[in-house]
Amino acid sequence: MAYSDKVIEHYNNPRNVGQMDKNSTAVGTGLVGAPECGDVMRLQIQVNPETRVIEDAKFKTFGCGSAIASSSLATEWVKGKTVDEALEIKNTDIVKELALPPVKIHCSVLAEDAIRAAIGDWKKKNVVAGEPASAPVAVAAN
Amino acid sequence: MSTVLSEPKLPAGVKLPIYMDNHATTAMDPRVLEAMIPFFSNKFGNAASRNHSFGWEAEQAVDLAREQIAKLIGATAKEIIFTSGATESNNLAIKGIGEMYRERGNHIITQVTEHKAVLDTCKRMEKQGYRVTYLPVNADGLIEMEDLKRAIDDKTILVTIMAANNEIGVIQPVAEIGKLCHERGILFHTDAVQAVGKIPVDVNAMNIDVLSLTAHKIYGPKGVGALYVRRRNPRVQIAAQMDGGGHERGMRSGTLNVPGIVGLGKACEIARLEMAEETEKLLAMRDRLRKKLESNLDFIHVNGSMEHHLPGNLNMSFIHVEGESLLMGINDIAVSSGSACTSATLEPSYVLKALGLGDDVAHSSIRFGLGRFNTPAEVDYVADKVVDVVRKLRELSPLYEMAKEGIDLTKVQWQAH
Ligand SMILES: Cc1ncc(COP(=O)(O)O)c(C=O)c1O
Ligand code: FES
Repeated sequence: MAYSDKVIEHYNNPRNVGQMDKNSTAVGTGLVGAPECGDVMRLQIQVNPETRVIEDAKFKTFGCGSAIASSSLATEWVKGKTVDEALEIKNTDIVKELALPPVKIHCSVLAEDAIRAAIGDWKKKNVVAGEPASAPVAVAAN
Repeated sequence: MSTVLSEPKLPAGVKLPIYMDNHATTAMDPRVLEAMIPFFSNKFGNAASRNHSFGWEAEQAVDLAREQIAKLIGATAKEIIFTSGATESNNLAIKGIGEMYRERGNHIITQVTEHKAVLDTCKRMEKQGYRVTYLPVNADGLIEMEDLKRAIDDKTILVTIMAANNEIGVIQPVAEIGKLCHERGILFHTDAVQAVGKIPVDVNAMNIDVLSLTAHKIYGPKGVGALYVRRRNPRVQIAAQMDGGGHERGMRSGTLNVPGIVGLGKACEIARLEMAEETEKLLAMRDRLRKKLESNLDFIHVNGSMEHHLPGNLNMSFIHVEGESLLMGINDIAVSSGSACTSATLEPSYVLKALGLGDDVAHSSIRFGLGRFNTPAEVDYVADKVVDVVRKLRELSPLYEMAKEGIDLTKVQWQAH
């Protein structure tokens, strides 16, 4: 497998690795994928309740280099965006930015799912009247 | 993670990249190459040319190679049939026996961790009206003799079970299988590609009737192999799968690849003379690698029986680290992974799955294949590098973090996609 320079760069210097307090109401956690599939991503966002701006993001990923790069990139991209802007991020943008080959497209899909799941979790915790919380998402069972 | 790119100072005796994938193929031994060279140039005769010295010279060289191969496996020279490699040998054995003994029966027994050259050949046999039993393996990767006994019926004509596995290095009970088959009057073929030249193989002591081997796994050239076909007690017959000039006792037509055959012969001779010494060296390196990894990392798992194991093989799972990402971090070391992410099909290794390992453990596996040209200094370099990269990737791994926190990952509701 030949990797693009950008994938290698993220792999060598992953951005925003870490963990946030998933019980905090300001934090949204998305845990997507499954160990049996060879890929699990956890993406967390910390959102300003007033402005709905994502002020910080952290990730950890079990997966191939492309999955690591996709989630690292995703944390970079969501930071500074409002949750609604972040929902606009498409996996195809990630594919383009990282020059992922077709067999690695699902790694970018997973990153998009992780963003949505994190935002969904945050919305669920911060139910805004009249706004439907997005689809329920998998969160670690304890 | 930045140190992955930085250049560590290399210890003496280490030159990058390091090749540690000797189950995939091996480097040619310089002595093998030297033996072959004349047969690419002035000694170009056709071994089937019976009426001039060019032909005789080639035939003599081929005969010597037959002796060298036969001697390594306790056979006689006349029982060696040359092929283009083990894929062809396996095809010829299974299809050729199936066809020849069709009147007697149509049942073939094999097992689930065979190489695709056996499994896919068996699948084709099924399409052609043969019945195939695929025996399971236990958690160690070994077949159970009781399963084999139970699988045999009055239509069974062939048992084909590999001597040693190419991924996990597990050695099947070949002598026991041979004895059982011999008692029941069933032919026994073994794909001994990974075993020949690495561990003692004796076709008589082990009651092997037909055996596949290939040169490029024993420091010989690619594209040449052999099939041992027993000539007495019983005399095995094989229907040719290619029509032509009737070479190789009619079983395999085609002008012989003389330089390749010379190389295969030489490779067998070297293996026979040096096996004992080489085995000790490989075992010492393998155990050193394993100890270094085990003493520096938690959550690791050795795949396959270590008791019945090739000396040069170590297949390990580094749990909570995905194999392809590990390979990416150790890209100056050539090894392979059972991870789905590295395979075209996005399916993890069927061999590891057959041991009952979860897909997650299969995804995390690395196969180290030590060989003749590896050194202890390389082993140390590899061990240090793997430890380093596994640790870094685990800092990135949500699974490792959860496992460390005591979360039972099997109880988590994952969102597979
Ligand atoms: C166990 C086993 N059988 C068969 C083969 C095929 O051999 P060849 O490459 O000579 O066709 C290999 C090697 O790839 C192997 O490891
Ligand atoms: S995580 Fe398996 S291919 Fe990317």
